[in-house]
Amino acid sequence: MPRRGAAAEEVGIEIDEDVSDSDDGANRRRANRRQAGGRGGGGARGRGRGKKADSEEEEDEEEEAPKRRARGGNKRGAANKRGGGKNDDDDSEDEAPKKKRGGAANRRKGGKAQESEEDDSEAEKGKRGKRGGKKGGKEEDKGKGKKGDAKGKDKGKDDDKDKKKKKKKDDSSSDSSSNSDEEEESMSEGEMARLMEEVEEKKKLIANIRNKPWRMKRRLVLLREAQQFVDKFEGALGKGKGRKWYAYKVMMTKKWIKFQRDFENFRTACIPWERKIKEVESHFGSSVASYFIFLRWMYGMNLVLFGLTFGLVVIPEVLMGLPYGSIPRKTVPRAEQDTAQDYSVLMDFNGYCKYSVLFYGYYNDQRTIGLLKFRLPLSYLLVGIGSFGYSLMLVIRTMAKNADVGGGDGEEGEFTFAWKMFTSWDYLIGNAETADNKYASITTSFKESIVDEQENQKDENIHLRRFLRVLANFLITCSLGGSGYLIYFVVKRSQEFANRDDLSWYEKNELELIMSLLGLVCPPLFETIAELEDYHPRIALKWQLGRIFALFLGNLYTFLFALFDEVNSKLEEEQSIKNASIWAMKEYYANYSRLLNDTDATPPPMDPGDVIRGPCWETAVGIEFVKLTVSDIQVTYLTILIGDFARAVIVRFLNYCWCWDLEAGFPSYGEFDISGNVLGLVFNQGMIWMGAFYAPGLVGINVLRLLSSMYYQCWAVMATNVPHERVFKASKSNNFYMGLLLLILFLSLLPVVYTIMTLPPSFDCGPFSGKTKMFDVIMETIDLDLPAFMGTLFSYAANPGLIIPAVLLMVLAIYYLNSVSKAYQNSNMELKKKMQMARDEEKNRRNNKDSTNQVMKDLEDLLPNRSLSPPAPPEPEKTPEPEAKPTKTKPGSAGKGVNLQKDVALASSNPNARGPVDRPPGPRGPGPGPGRGRGRGRGPPPR
Amino acid sequence: MGNKQTIFTDEQLDAYQDCTFFTRKEILRLHSRYHELAPHLVPMDYTNEPDCKLPLALIVDMPELKENPFRNRIVESFSEDGMGNLSFNEFVDMFSVLSEMAPRELKAIYAFKIYDFNVDNYLCKEDLEKTLNRLTKEELTPEEVELVCEKTIEEADLDGDNKLSYADFENMISRAPDFLRYI
Repeated sequence: MPRRGAAAEEVGIEIDEDVSDSDDGANRRRANRRQAGGRGGGGARGRGRGKKADSEEEEDEEEEAPKRRARGGNKRGAANKRGGGKNDDDDSEDEAPKKKRGGAANRRKGGKAQESEEDDSEAEKGKRGKRGGKKGGKEEDKGKGKKGDAKGKDKGKDDDKDKKKKKKKDDSSSDSSSNSDEEEESMSEGEMARLMEEVEEKKKLIANIRNKPWRMKRRLVLLREAQQFVDKFEGALGKGKGRKWYAYKVMMTKKWIKFQRDFENFRTACIPWERKIKEVESHFGSSVASYFIFLRWMYGMNLVLFGLTFGLVVIPEVLMGLPYGSIPRKTVPRAEQDTAQDYSVLMDFNGYCKYSVLFYGYYNDQRTIGLLKFRLPLSYLLVGIGSFGYSLMLVIRTMAKNADVGGGDGEEGEFTFAWKMFTSWDYLIGNAETADNKYASITTSFKESIVDEQENQKDENIHLRRFLRVLANFLITCSLGGSGYLIYFVVKRSQEFANRDDLSWYEKNELELIMSLLGLVCPPLFETIAELEDYHPRIALKWQLGRIFALFLGNLYTFLFALFDEVNSKLEEEQSIKNASIWAMKEYYANYSRLLNDTDATPPPMDPGDVIRGPCWETAVGIEFVKLTVSDIQVTYLTILIGDFARAVIVRFLNYCWCWDLEAGFPSYGEFDISGNVLGLVFNQGMIWMGAFYAPGLVGINVLRLLSSMYYQCWAVMATNVPHERVFKASKSNNFYMGLLLLILFLSLLPVVYTIMTLPPSFDCGPFSGKTKMFDVIMETIDLDLPAFMGTLFSYAANPGLIIPAVLLMVLAIYYLNSVSKAYQNSNMELKKKMQMARDEEKNRRNNKDSTNQVMKDLEDLLPNRSLSPPAPPEPEKTPEPEAKPTKTKPGSAGKGVNLQKDVALASSNPNARGPVDRPPGPRGPGPGPGRGRGRGRGPPPR
Repeated sequence: MGNKQTIFTDEQLDAYQDCTFFTRKEILRLHSRYHELAPHLVPMDYTNEPDCKLPLALIVDMPELKENPFRNRIVESFSEDGMGNLSFNEFVDMFSVLSEMAPRELKAIYAFKIYDFNVDNYLCKEDLEKTLNRLTKEELTPEEVELVCEKTIEEADLDGDNKLSYADFENMISRAPDFLRYI
């Protein structure tokens, strides 16, 4: 468009002049202001004429902002109505002559020029009408024609204002003693500022156009216009270098996002079994997954314990300790040597197993071993205590962290279903299998939420429910008490039996039989009774866990009881052997020195296998624990194999030739037994903690067990089990499991600490042999290796006078922290209540407010244009049109009319939502009758 | 452009670049994808903006969309005629909005449109039911579906008209932690 180009040049020249002439900062500022007004507000603004005081101007801007918006809407409506088959080319064509005229006028002179300049801006906005009152004549006619009726009222108002402002301007101009020349300068300077702003505006549009929810065609057209505009005027205002920088920034953002995503993927890939667990979760719900997560956590913890034990005890012993067969404790006794390699013996952890690095008895009591002077006994004790310390710390820390996470549960409830509905699909899924998993997981999660919701909605007979719950608890307490008494009774009897020889098979195995019978009968019994209570499955699981836990404590009790009996008898036996061996040794030395007259204590020339030795109760205890663990593993795996796998196979394949439906009927497929598995894991860990001190190899076995069990159970659950009838969501924090674990940890800490602190270690095996107490090794180290003052320091620290105040202090601290946390809890509740209230308030507010805004209109605009939809895709006249809907409509088109009216209504009904006030009022685009799209461009979707 | 055959003019590429979240290369790749969908329909030369549209059936077969339960809706909401016929412009538009660079607000708008099955700019119960059934492959019982839809509306509906307007939707989705991650 050459004409337009010419106009632009003229304007450019003007601007240059202005810049060179202007020496008055205030003037310029005023002009800017005026220009801004002129641009954004159309008529109302333009009349500001920059002669008002700044503050006044600002005020004006504020109050006019809504009006301007309303006008914007009107204008759009008007433009649409006018509709004219104008597309944007027409617009610019239209505009060009005016521009030129404006430019010419500008050059002409003073106030007149200013007017025409104003003219221009208005023309560009399609707001010609407003000037009518002032100037009248031809311009007004034109404006009216374009604007249509909708504009009329507004216009009148504006005109009034117009006049007022004009007056004001005149006053101020006389005040400011500026001559007409100056006037002209400021004005053209204003033009420049306006242009600058407009260009900025356009640039912003160009930068943001990709964020606008418009159809691509419209975007392309708008972009082209904006670019043309910018290209045209930028030359005058200095090159824009923003684009390159912007592109660079965009690229960097892109890279950064990619990197973040990759990093996230990498991190997820580093979590072991994440996919496996997710898969289980998607089919069986989070409750089953919570077991596997717990299992994984256990595995992590055991790996650390394993590292500690093997790194600091087992491997140094293997590398630097005396080899097998060098001393009696490292040698299989002669009596056992024949059978030491038999499979059955090895499976009982006797023979070579017993005299290996796996057990306590193998370790020597040398203070230091190897070249490094590694203090093995000290290390042994410290690792034993350190394992407990680490486990305690880890469990408690995890619990605290989980409690933190658990706090978020409440506020999440706000949009549970909505979020699930709208955000659960992962749009990146492109793989059929993944998609299937995702469907399953979404369904499962919906079911979980539905169960929760049904629980909430249940209206119940509270009294009946309470009665039933009390009854159930009563029954369960009875059965727990009964089984407790039974265990006690049986243990007592077994002590009696221990002294007799004439036992029947039943009497020998009574204890084990009763215990396994209880373990078999009670859990299902509890489950049946729990039906009465009608709890939410999640809570029911907790109750079930707690009850079975209590039952199993009986198991633990009998086991420990038997163990201590054994230890005591071993201790007595050991005492006699010790005496005997000391006596024999004395005898030997006496004979030796008497015969050879040599007092050198040469050891007797005896094979280490022949030496008399004590029973070494520590190794016995260790073996007991290892056996227990191994048999536990066997039982668990066999149960899965038979109870789940065989059952599933039978149900699946016998179903073809059976008289009733096995799958739906009686045996059916197994469900995954969460409570049983969790408790199995917890008690197993208890065994490890208790046994690890006496059998360092136990931790290794446990690590292997957890590892294999992860794969095995994952497979089993996916292959043979069916989801629970009511899939329920596990609480986010599995603190209940952790609580059980902590309890077990504490319980297993007791016997170990008791043995370490009170029982005398065996005299001829283990790292502490020869000492009266195991912890003497610490005293020894303090005495021999640390400087003397450390010793005194420790003796002070061990003083009861210091310990009692310390304990008191800790109790006080606990009390204090407890009350603080309670206070926080209270305030948390308060805040939650407040949030709820705020939400309700917002709801009410929105109820009364028309919530239409720019985005609504954009949405409206994006509605498919059904009239366009052709049965056959290609339709020649469609694509070339940059804006199909608005531009194609003729003024009188009835079908469109409704739509447009709606548009107008939407635009004017809620002026506040139409874009931030602080934004510089933007140009309407260069055309006299802007397309609908241009009008749209103003208000960005509210963020 | 180093291409032997000119697909777009420089201006066109620049324009696309400004209007989408794609680079030049990506736009060319998009074009080749578009071209591959129907080699006999789509011209290689786009310099004079040929008018050509691909039907829905071709587009939803793309691996990117194939597994998506809302694939038809996605394509439909980006097509101007609402029937799922996409011109290249709309095709680019679709992938631009779905790209990870697109801002939350933009995605929210289009997500709303996608879930709006009956195209009335409100998410009403039928829309939600359809959404839910697609998400779960109709594995939930009708009562469960009913319950979920009711709860969803109850949760997110702020103006009490028993359907979700965009304002409701936006308000709800803006607080969702997963939204940007997944869409």
